[in-house]
Amino acid sequence: MSAEMLAMSEYGRDPRKHHFSPYADNGGTTIAIAGDDFVMVGSDTRLTNYSGILSRNQTKVFPLTEKTMIASTGCWADVLSLYKDLQAKLTLYSQEHHDEMSTPAIAQLVSTVLYWRRFFPYYVSNMVIGLDEDGSGVVYHYDPVGHMEKLRFSSAGASVAQIQPLLDNQLGALNMKDAVPPKVTKALAHQLMHDAFISAAERDVKTGDSCIIYTVTKDGVAEEQVKLRRD
Amino acid sequence: MTKDEDIDEVHTGFQFDNLARNNMLVSRGIQMPTAVKTGTTIVGVVYKEGVVLGADTRATSGDLIADKNCDKIHYMQPNIYCCGAGTAADLEMTTQLMSSQLELHRLNTGRQVLVRTANRMLSQMLFRYQGHVGAALVLGGVDKYGPALYSIHPHGSSDYGPYQVMGSGSLAAMSVFETRWKPDLELEEAKLMVRDAIAAGIFNDLFSGSNVDMCVITRDGATHVRPYEVANIKGKRLGKYNYKRGSTAVLSSNVKKIEIVSETVKKTPSSTDESMDTA
Repeated sequence: MSAEMLAMSEYGRDPRKHHFSPYADNGGTTIAIAGDDFVMVGSDTRLTNYSGILSRNQTKVFPLTEKTMIASTGCWADVLSLYKDLQAKLTLYSQEHHDEMSTPAIAQLVSTVLYWRRFFPYYVSNMVIGLDEDGSGVVYHYDPVGHMEKLRFSSAGASVAQIQPLLDNQLGALNMKDAVPPKVTKALAHQLMHDAFISAAERDVKTGDSCIIYTVTKDGVAEEQVKLRRD
Repeated sequence: MTKDEDIDEVHTGFQFDNLARNNMLVSRGIQMPTAVKTGTTIVGVVYKEGVVLGADTRATSGDLIADKNCDKIHYMQPNIYCCGAGTAADLEMTTQLMSSQLELHRLNTGRQVLVRTANRMLSQMLFRYQGHVGAALVLGGVDKYGPALYSIHPHGSSDYGPYQVMGSGSLAAMSVFETRWKPDLELEEAKLMVRDAIAAGIFNDLFSGSNVDMCVITRDGATHVRPYEVANIKGKRLGKYNYKRGSTAVLSSNVKKIEIVSETVKKTPSSTDESMDTA
């Protein structure tokens, strides 16, 4: 291009930037609490987009095997894509080994799958929950690029800021003098999970409608749904 | 040192003293605090004998619900009320300022203030601030010309019509009016329609919620009902979360003795002995 043409305002103007964001934030909150012989995981059932509600009845907890589940929130498209990818990998594994993958193995697999997308990540907050080889409950928590942490309890998604301090205090006995962590029974785990969702729905616009609580034991998965406020 | 002319200088309107400093802070990457917004559903409808205004009661700061029961229907004059959506502080101050301006106007003219006067004064004020005062309003009232209803946008444009909506829940609320509105509504029909329009916002817009507030204005005056309806009941928790005394750790303690320098005892007359001096 000639210098005269570049100098003309029409050609010499600033380059225009067109912006596209491949990510969406569809909200959702998940909580997981592990016990000695069970693990409890729950999610709210509201799916959002900006200021609108896409669904009032969509769980964010998905089964992976008989004794392992994954709880995923964030960009809903990525949640579905990641789950499909994991399902395919687990099917291949079970057909090759004639057995289901163990919970710790799945936990490692999820970390690896997430890190494969290191420079274009799945925009998802994940928790893998299940029973380990000894039959005791475990919770694994991830960041979007695959950092993994094994925990006794955790929360993820829209309302972590409201819920995690409650769990740290009531289950971890944190920020209290002379307090010892309680024995995690099914009743305690259920009560805390229930109350955490009730309270989160009071103050977070993205959490509401209802919550589904799954209890994983050696006998299988039990399911319970509790109503939350719908505004 | 303070000079005399600094003291004598009279400041009116907004002060922009911190503007240069704040711009410098932003350029250095410091995040400015965010204002509380009333991402809102507000509506108004004209009926046979007057105007019905409605509002939800949720105020938000980002995704957090800052106030679960805030008042969005503001008093202007005995015959005029105004619903507000947008930046909470701007709405509060704009409506307070305008209600006192309108009162002065009433005192100066010796007449009931016209709704069109309130509309014009609000529009001109918002236009003067070029949209930086973030107030979106639904203004309603009854004057000698009958009921009147306006909506006013933050940049100062205004609409006049038989039903008006504003705020983030305005699309949900407008769908109710577009489906059901007809001329010469009865009071009960108008109230039900306003309730349903606000409820549509409360349940379908994330930034609207909690209760329905309502204000009915007729030639005989206004009734502000708050709440008109509790649209959402609070969820019940299963557990009790009381803490044992002494749960909070004492990191350090420091007791300082207060030295009493002098002590005086004064007898004060009780109300039975003597009446208050009002001269």
